[in-house]
Amino acid sequence: MKNHVLRPLFVVIAVIALILVARYFYVPSDFGIYERGFMYGYHRKSNEGEWKAFKVKYRTREYCKDCHSDKYKSIMASKHRIIQCENCHGPAIDHPENPPKLTIDKSRALCKRCHTYLPYPTSKRATIKGIDPKKHNPDMECSSCHNPHKPDMEGW
Amino acid sequence: MKLTRRDFLMTALRGTIATALPIGAFKFLKPSEARAAIEGTNVRWGFLVNTYKCIGCGFCVKACKLENEVPYNVQVTRTWVERYVILKDGRFLADTPMGGRDGFTDSKVQEEEVKNEEIAKGFFVPKLCNQCENPPCVQVCPVGATYQTADGVVLVDRSWCIGCGYCIMACPYGARFFHPVYKTAEKCTFCYHRITKGMKTACVDACPTGARQIGNLKDPNYPVTKVILNQRVAVLKDEYGTKPQAYYIGLDKNVR
Amino acid sequence: MIESYVQEAQWTIKELFVYPNEFIYWSIQIVMYPLMTGLVAGAFVLSSLYHVFGQKDLKDMAKFSLVFSFALLLVAPVPLLFHLQHPLRGMQVFFTPHFTSAISAFGIVFFAYSIIVVTEIWFVYRKYFVERTLDLKGKEGLGNTVTRLLYNVLTLGAYDIGEEAQQKDEKAIKILAGFGIPVACFLHGYAGFIFGSVKANALWMTPLMPVIFIMSAIVSGIALCMLTYIAIMEWKKFRIKTSRKPWEVTAEEVAGVEIELMSKSSKYLIGFMIAAITLEILDLIFRGYMAVKSWDILRSVIYGKDFVDIFILQYTFGNLLPFTLLLLPRLTVRRLAVALSLVLFGVFMMRWNVVIGGQAFSLSFAGYMHYKMPFIPYNLETFKEGFFGAFTVGIMPFILFWGINRLIPSLRYK
Repeated sequence: MKNHVLRPLFVVIAVIALILVARYFYVPSDFGIYERGFMYGYHRKSNEGEWKAFKVKYRTREYCKDCHSDKYKSIMASKHRIIQCENCHGPAIDHPENPPKLTIDKSRALCKRCHTYLPYPTSKRATIKGIDPKKHNPDMECSSCHNPHKPDMEGW
Repeated sequence: MKLTRRDFLMTALRGTIATALPIGAFKFLKPSEARAAIEGTNVRWGFLVNTYKCIGCGFCVKACKLENEVPYNVQVTRTWVERYVILKDGRFLADTPMGGRDGFTDSKVQEEEVKNEEIAKGFFVPKLCNQCENPPCVQVCPVGATYQTADGVVLVDRSWCIGCGYCIMACPYGARFFHPVYKTAEKCTFCYHRITKGMKTACVDACPTGARQIGNLKDPNYPVTKVILNQRVAVLKDEYGTKPQAYYIGLDKNVR
Repeated sequence: MIESYVQEAQWTIKELFVYPNEFIYWSIQIVMYPLMTGLVAGAFVLSSLYHVFGQKDLKDMAKFSLVFSFALLLVAPVPLLFHLQHPLRGMQVFFTPHFTSAISAFGIVFFAYSIIVVTEIWFVYRKYFVERTLDLKGKEGLGNTVTRLLYNVLTLGAYDIGEEAQQKDEKAIKILAGFGIPVACFLHGYAGFIFGSVKANALWMTPLMPVIFIMSAIVSGIALCMLTYIAIMEWKKFRIKTSRKPWEVTAEEVAGVEIELMSKSSKYLIGFMIAAITLEILDLIFRGYMAVKSWDILRSVIYGKDFVDIFILQYTFGNLLPFTLLLLPRLTVRRLAVALSLVLFGVFMMRWNVVIGGQAFSLSFAGYMHYKMPFIPYNLETFKEGFFGAFTVGIMPFILFWGINRLIPSLRYK
């Protein structure tokens, strides 16, 4: 007569077996321990490829310069050469297919980012020519008087 | 029939072996393979921030959000810029409105009007994931959803993350958050999709003053690597032992 | 990109300088979870005090607290399921546990502990299952047939209820109860480890955390079992008094046994309460003495913003007051019930002060976050992580126990 004390153990083993079978189907086969070891490298390897394949949106000015050469040359000759085209116009993505047009943002908010004068010793911010946005023509668009692609001269 | 200890152990052993066979599904690298993989890599990404050069324009935060599809109008962000204003009486004020997404367009800090004569020093500190050498966030993930690649970048597997938030609590730098749409843990990935193609990260490209730089710490030809090797640099919160790989020039004692 | 919102922003109020990604990510359900596992562990330890250490005076309590521990165990994962952003992926903790994480221990410990409790219940009730199966043999009706089948399955085919077989059962119970104590302690100790090992959180990081959690867990388990037992006995006395038919026991006899058992149980409770409070005070003293970098902001949280929560609600109402009530002579059931309720409240406040308190200050050490617990839910997350979500978790064990008790009765009146 088998000892009845072991009966619960058989139930437990059956449950564990069930979990392992479920695991076999659920967990991807490339899940494991990789280069960085168990503590830092335990993962599904194919996820790395998924992140590498993420869509690139920002193209940098190299992408813009051939079609928009006039604006490019103009800005590169000015103090605004340090600003990427896409900083103000948004990411190119697949322009001109998608999106066909990029935004032309004429709001004061865009210019205030750098040109709100903040007199901070030790910071390069203090060296940027700026204004107090509450006092300097608060109702007008900055681009009414200043050309963003040729800011060295007043007006257009 | 009396149950002997031997019987019990034998049954348990047989049962355990039977159920352990599927555990062979675990994939392991042999120790020699792992060592070869790490030593063989010649890339370890590192970041350099120059807080003298940062002007607080916030273009980096905007570019990061748009490049990496982080919802624009919510406060969470993969990278952010903090402003510190230290007054002559020793007090410091700091803020980070929407992470610096719209730049810093108000001289008021923490709702306090600051008179120019009172300012002893002021500066901006861009922050992002430090892609630590000993990332505490990876250590605490219960299911292996977040991990570090061989070239040092810490990533999150969105299909595996259960959303427990332990990694967010474990990061001493506040670099992690829940993505509002995917509801999985999210953080700066050093634009892994860009740097592995020879491009720079979106924030490095966007930065007008070159305050942000990225490079391969194992390649002495990179400007970033040269600076870290030859100039005085610091890291954030090194007392936690995380070995962060984002280096700072001009870090001040007031920086949190 | 679909515009969206940060769900945690609905209950987080930031003050001064806080990093942009900081919110109260671990809210009420993370307070409820250690509360529930603590009750599980405490109820089981109480039951084991009889089975392992032969504390004969706890015999009646032992069966009850074992089954109640099981009801609590079934509820323990619920706060986690409410909290997870992807609850259905929760099973991944069983499939790909990352053992460097304290949370991954949940899979092993919860599973091991469930096995022990269920198996021990099986051994305690096997004779009952066999008797019920034989009783219902030949009885007509679908209800009886289904019940009989259920009990038959529960016997696992082990029908021998002779003396020798029963002695084997007793031995198995003793072994399981013995193993179960460290496993129950681990079930709650690991929760303390989850917090204590987070070096990024200045309040949580302390090696004392697992021990503090275990001590207060045992306190909560004992208190809950005693309180539930009192409630059931009072209900029984009420029914005896108001019933027309005579019962096999009188209300006075019930009351006599009740107060006898409760007095003895409360001695154990007091012991563990002393241990729990000693550790917490020790932690506080050390922090103040060492005064590391985080002490300035922690001090302003502990002695400032959270002063009422910690010193008034937890230490005074939740510890000092019930301690006094329990030690005063001529203990009555009414005074005991008040004291036990206060103890449970104190344990809840301890979990609250650790979880919420740890997120009350920013990583910058220069700002604060205030937790505004959602009360009336207006969407799914304000239910799950709000008052009503917590309330659901709180009453579930009692509902489940009522159901389980019909199948596995655990309250004897002798």
